Amino acid sequence: MDPYLNRVLIIDLKKHSYRIEEREDYFKEYLGGTGAGLKLLKEFLDPKIDPYSPDNVIVFAIGALTGKFPMVSKTISLFKSPHNNFLGESHAGGRSAIALWQAGYGAIVIKGASQTPVYVTIDGGTVKFKDARALWDLGDTRTVGRIMRERTGRSGLRTIMRIGKGGEKLISYSTVTTETYRHFGRLGLGCVFGSKKLKGLVISGKRSVLSKNKQAYKNMYDEIYNLCLSTPTKKYHDLGTAGNIMPLNSIKALPTRNFKEVTFEKAEVLSGENLATNYLGRRIACSHCPVGCIHLAVIREKYPDEPYFYKTSLISYDYEPLYSLGTLLGIETVEDFLKILETVEKYGIDAMTAGVVLAWATEAFAEGIIGKKETDGLSPSFGNRSVYVEMIEKMMEHKNEFYKLMGKGVEVLAQRYGGRDFAISYLGNEMSGYHTGPAAHLTHITGGRHSHLDSAGYSIDQKILMEKKSITPQEMAKALFDEEAIRQVLSSLVVCFFARNVYTIDRISKCLKVFGWDLNEKDILEIGRKILIEKNMMKRDMGFDMENYYLPKRVLEVATPLGFIDPAYMKETVKHFKNFLFDKS
Amino acid sequence: MIRRIKVLDSERCVGCATCMFACTRREGKASLESSRIHIRSIGGMERGFTVIICRACEDPSCIYVCPVSALKKRKVGGVKLDREKCIGCGSCVDACPMSAITMDEEEGKPLMCLYCGFCVDYCPHKVIGKEEVKNGSLPK
Repeated sequence: MDPYLNRVLIIDLKKHSYRIEEREDYFKEYLGGTGAGLKLLKEFLDPKIDPYSPDNVIVFAIGALTGKFPMVSKTISLFKSPHNNFLGESHAGGRSAIALWQAGYGAIVIKGASQTPVYVTIDGGTVKFKDARALWDLGDTRTVGRIMRERTGRSGLRTIMRIGKGGEKLISYSTVTTETYRHFGRLGLGCVFGSKKLKGLVISGKRSVLSKNKQAYKNMYDEIYNLCLSTPTKKYHDLGTAGNIMPLNSIKALPTRNFKEVTFEKAEVLSGENLATNYLGRRIACSHCPVGCIHLAVIREKYPDEPYFYKTSLISYDYEPLYSLGTLLGIETVEDFLKILETVEKYGIDAMTAGVVLAWATEAFAEGIIGKKETDGLSPSFGNRSVYVEMIEKMMEHKNEFYKLMGKGVEVLAQRYGGRDFAISYLGNEMSGYHTGPAAHLTHITGGRHSHLDSAGYSIDQKILMEKKSITPQEMAKALFDEEAIRQVLSSLVVCFFARNVYTIDRISKCLKVFGWDLNEKDILEIGRKILIEKNMMKRDMGFDMENYYLPKRVLEVATPLGFIDPAYMKETVKHFKNFLFDKS
Repeated sequence: MIRRIKVLDSERCVGCATCMFACTRREGKASLESSRIHIRSIGGMERGFTVIICRACEDPSCIYVCPVSALKKRKVGGVKLDREKCIGCGSCVDACPMSAITMDEEEGKPLMCLYCGFCVDYCPHKVIGKEEVKNGSLPK
């Protein structure tokens, strides 16, 4: 076992104090990560609280395999989401997981709110609360990172998590950025940081772990390592997730111009192939990940006021922002796409939600639902980069009621102005870039985080497409449930989902064994199922019911590669999924 | 076979630190702290990484400052630590112009590269390589 893993650092922002406690049972029973994090959240958080209040609690956690095997590179965060008012869960890599592991903790719990802006540095057992008043109006996440980097110790492998203006201004889908290019995105962890006046978190340490059996460790490591570098994992190094653009476009599943279309005539321009060939400047990796999937594009801009004066920036791109800030907005050049993405990155807001919100606003403007009064004189239209950048700027300034609501997501906007049938969002979280079939949408409805990664419905859709064999709602619900249950194991260990084919249940069992865990495959699968059910029980305590989903008409109007989506099929599947969760527990 | 580790091209480094983990795994540990090879970002990850490793100098600075002569120059370049003699003063750490020597705080002794090349086998991006040393001198 790993004695340091049981240690939980509990930070009280109100008192600027901390204590270290042990929770061996949480980590022993649930492996760490999401599993142990849920137990901690249950212990510290009242599910009924207002997510913006000081009573909200943030949990960061790593797991049983962190630091020991490659691609075990993620940290999970749990909190009450200000974006959808249910459970917030978000994962990120960068240096975060290894730094937290080195600091000698399995988890961090952050409670209360500071009176004045602070950032917290954790170096092993030393925790310091640093004045961040001077940093509070520095909206650019990159500048904030630079300042913290120069003023905190132990360079090299520490993590620097921070928020930008998005979090400060309580944009409900603001992110926490770590190592400039990775994010705790989607459900608004940055907003919870902002509401707690927490500008950042710097974590470092020195601890190590000794394996029980040196040779067994080396052998198991080699098995995993070699698999990490072979197909299908290798594709994440080559083109990265941007490689999805062309395949999705060719099967007519690439959401374009607010889901009005499913192919994009400029797909090739925004393709992973074009970006890698003509813009890729560097690839970097999360700590302990030999794959290195983080692709950085180079953008060179001329200053308008002086000849021969340029600035060069590196911006990380992935499939999801290429969809949300590219095809969904009808953006036709890489330069325009990167400029919008850079703005989103600067302020630290979720790229997917930002894109869905802008796409809705474009259509709402064309339909006359909103006018120039709302947009403060701007005329959004698909493909118009500079208007989108200006709209994000105005949102950051809370320019008027419309821009303030824009910072709360597309469902809040539709509730105020109408246009719900082209607001592509489920249960308070905006849609990801897959119109592959019913499963992609069902993942967003039934998944614990309402994220495409919860149960990867897009992958089930594509399997159905290839095998040309449809499945019943019950079979669909089972496929989604089983996939999400297995992913609870991965997110408790905490393995990057890109290594999901490497870390099969039998290999997980063997990896755990090297460090003294005695769990067979059945035990491990049961842990995943238990975590998924407990997660949904916590959401139920927060007032959540997945059957309250709304299916926007737009989703039904546009055919997927598997045909038009049938609302009755969706309803039936959700019912079965709910039964799997609660009837058998 | 006698060899040293050579940095082939640090621009290819993705900063994963898998080589560091390899160095410590050789001794059965999962650790970055006691690694003898070091990967650091050059002020922000977008600028890339620097690889710090003992160069196996032909005339190593570290041996001259050791007050108890615990460091011996190897015939082929590089140094060998006599752990019995070493008093853990850290003079060698300060003397290395490459900052390639760090202290193992648990043991209170410097961590010297053993030139085993284990780390090289775990760099998938050809950042580091093994260089053979023949007849007591490095290839020019």
